[in-house]
Amino acid sequence: MVGYILRRFGAAVLVLFAISVLVFLIFFATPGVDPAARIAGKNADPATLAQVRASFGFDRPLPVQYAMMMKHLFVSHDLTSFVNRGTLVIPQIIDAVPVTLSLVVGAAVIWMVLGVAMGTLAGAMRGTVVDPLVMLLGVFGVSLPVYWLGEVVNLITQKELHDSVFSWVPPLGYVPISQGVGQWALHLLFPWLTLALLYAGIYARLLRGELINALNEDYVRTARAKGLSERRILIKHALRCSLIPIVSLFGLDFGALVGGAALLTEVVFGLPGVGKLTYQALQNLDLPVIMGTVLYAAFFVVLANAVVDVLYARLDPRVRRA
Amino acid sequence: MTTAVKGSAPRAARQAVRPSAGPWRRALGRLRRNRPAMIAGVGLLLIVLACVLAPVYANLVAHTDPFTSGASATTIVNGQQVPVLAQSTEGLGLGVTPIGPTWDPGHYLLGADNQGRDVMARLLYGGRNSLLIGLSSAVLCCTLATVLGVLAGYFGGWIDAVLSRFFDVIWAFPVYLLAICLSVVLLTSGLHLGPIHIDAGSLALPVVIIALIYVPYVARPLRGQVMALRNKEFLHAAVGLGASDLRVMRREVLPNVLPTVVVFLPLMTALNMLTESALSFLSVGVQSPDASWGTIINDGLALLYTRPVITIAAGLCVGLTAVALNVLGDGVRDALDPNARLRGGA
Repeated sequence: MVGYILRRFGAAVLVLFAISVLVFLIFFATPGVDPAARIAGKNADPATLAQVRASFGFDRPLPVQYAMMMKHLFVSHDLTSFVNRGTLVIPQIIDAVPVTLSLVVGAAVIWMVLGVAMGTLAGAMRGTVVDPLVMLLGVFGVSLPVYWLGEVVNLITQKELHDSVFSWVPPLGYVPISQGVGQWALHLLFPWLTLALLYAGIYARLLRGELINALNEDYVRTARAKGLSERRILIKHALRCSLIPIVSLFGLDFGALVGGAALLTEVVFGLPGVGKLTYQALQNLDLPVIMGTVLYAAFFVVLANAVVDVLYARLDPRVRRA
Repeated sequence: MTTAVKGSAPRAARQAVRPSAGPWRRALGRLRRNRPAMIAGVGLLLIVLACVLAPVYANLVAHTDPFTSGASATTIVNGQQVPVLAQSTEGLGLGVTPIGPTWDPGHYLLGADNQGRDVMARLLYGGRNSLLIGLSSAVLCCTLATVLGVLAGYFGGWIDAVLSRFFDVIWAFPVYLLAICLSVVLLTSGLHLGPIHIDAGSLALPVVIIALIYVPYVARPLRGQVMALRNKEFLHAAVGLGASDLRVMRREVLPNVLPTVVVFLPLMTALNMLTESALSFLSVGVQSPDASWGTIINDGLALLYTRPVITIAAGLCVGLTAVALNVLGDGVRDALDPNARLRGGA
């Protein structure tokens, strides 16, 4: 088991390295792309271009540039932005992390509770009206663009019904938890619900399928033969097994969202999280910031993947030999 | 259940030409009996038809060009001549407020956007691009993934190791971030890779980018399937008969994984269309003057509080099309491969 964990995390580190090289190549080695021209602005004369090149180190060989960037990022922690010169990258990311975490953790709690409740209900009440409703929500979950849903929520809560039903909704933005839990939660309520609604649908649908499979298993028949109540069979026996794939999917989704997949939600609701930071950096082609945020994002995705794999290996010894 | 059928797939594929039931024909029958999937299919057909007929609507019904701005244009509402763009009365009065929905197909059915262009006509034209990008990137993605997945699964060894690591890296890269990174770089310079030249601003650019980022999603399950097929008797038999690798892959492996690829196609079209709209929403997808549903949502954002119909209508188009594709895709999956578990990640 220890060997497996070491191998798995070794592979994760390699993947992270490959991602950093890939990002670097995308921005520095794509034919026709010149970061110096971007920074110098349109119609810059050759002298300015040469000056920018020298000052940012673009005239040095690519591997050296890569190594310098990684050294500033991981060893001396003083990587600075290309666009706002002097602004350190790492503190910017550190400032943005609590916002993203607040958004994702809150949404995750809501969607897991909602998703598991709805999925169980649909599985237990097959053939009633609840079942197709949950299925429909699941289809909407994979079909509606989250940014659009966010805009519609904004329209309703900030404009159309803001004078009546939703007069208590604060303007868009983020309030740190240190300034009061109430305001923090109030500002995040609708972003949470927007993000959670789509995921809840997807999870409910998945859980329903798993539950229906589990209810046809032999061990459920045995439980019935022992004379257990249906409720007990559903919750103690079928649900427990059905939750395994849900939990592993949750690990991956959570990692991806903390890593920046909540970018669209952050942009729409004006939350200054990591996703929004990445988005702004991409628009200015601020490479050091992009490098920092993408590596941060990939770190969470890779970590989530590795943790899920290790958990699976813990549960199923056959995986360790693969 | 289908695995038994799959075993004789090459022969069955030949038989499918005849009216006696081959696996494809039987799957089609199952799909036909699936009412939600059929309703979704008809709905999808109507949406596609409406978008294909966009020039007819623009020229014959609305009499507008949805790609040129009409700042000083006027139209007729309830018999009165009104300007399409009115000076804004809110705030400093600097902006313009376009005409809202008139519910009259001849005169700005859904109103105009902030450049005075007919929203309904733009929605139809935008839908063409959204559907085209969604479908062609799904086809490209599935083709690439099939080739790579079959190669990795069939040969194993170092080919599999290299390809799998490649999939791992793309997989671990947050999808939207990768797409945005590629778009930001390529939108300024275009793509010049060996013999392939795509101009910046070309519609082919989002197609290629979206196809590339989703390759591992399709290739990974295919690779697993091919690896399982490697140990099947019919494959050993083909090798024993002296068939070349290429022939075995083409005649024995491919027909067995093709149902999975077909199942992926509508689902990937929906996913790719949503990705396109998200990229266009972030203004790194389809570039002006071309439109897509994503760019229209983005255009409508500035007018969200005064003319919400622009954003709402475009979003409903994306959402409904994606719902139709997903329901149809689920139907295709149930018909072809009831045991498939393709919805691992969302």
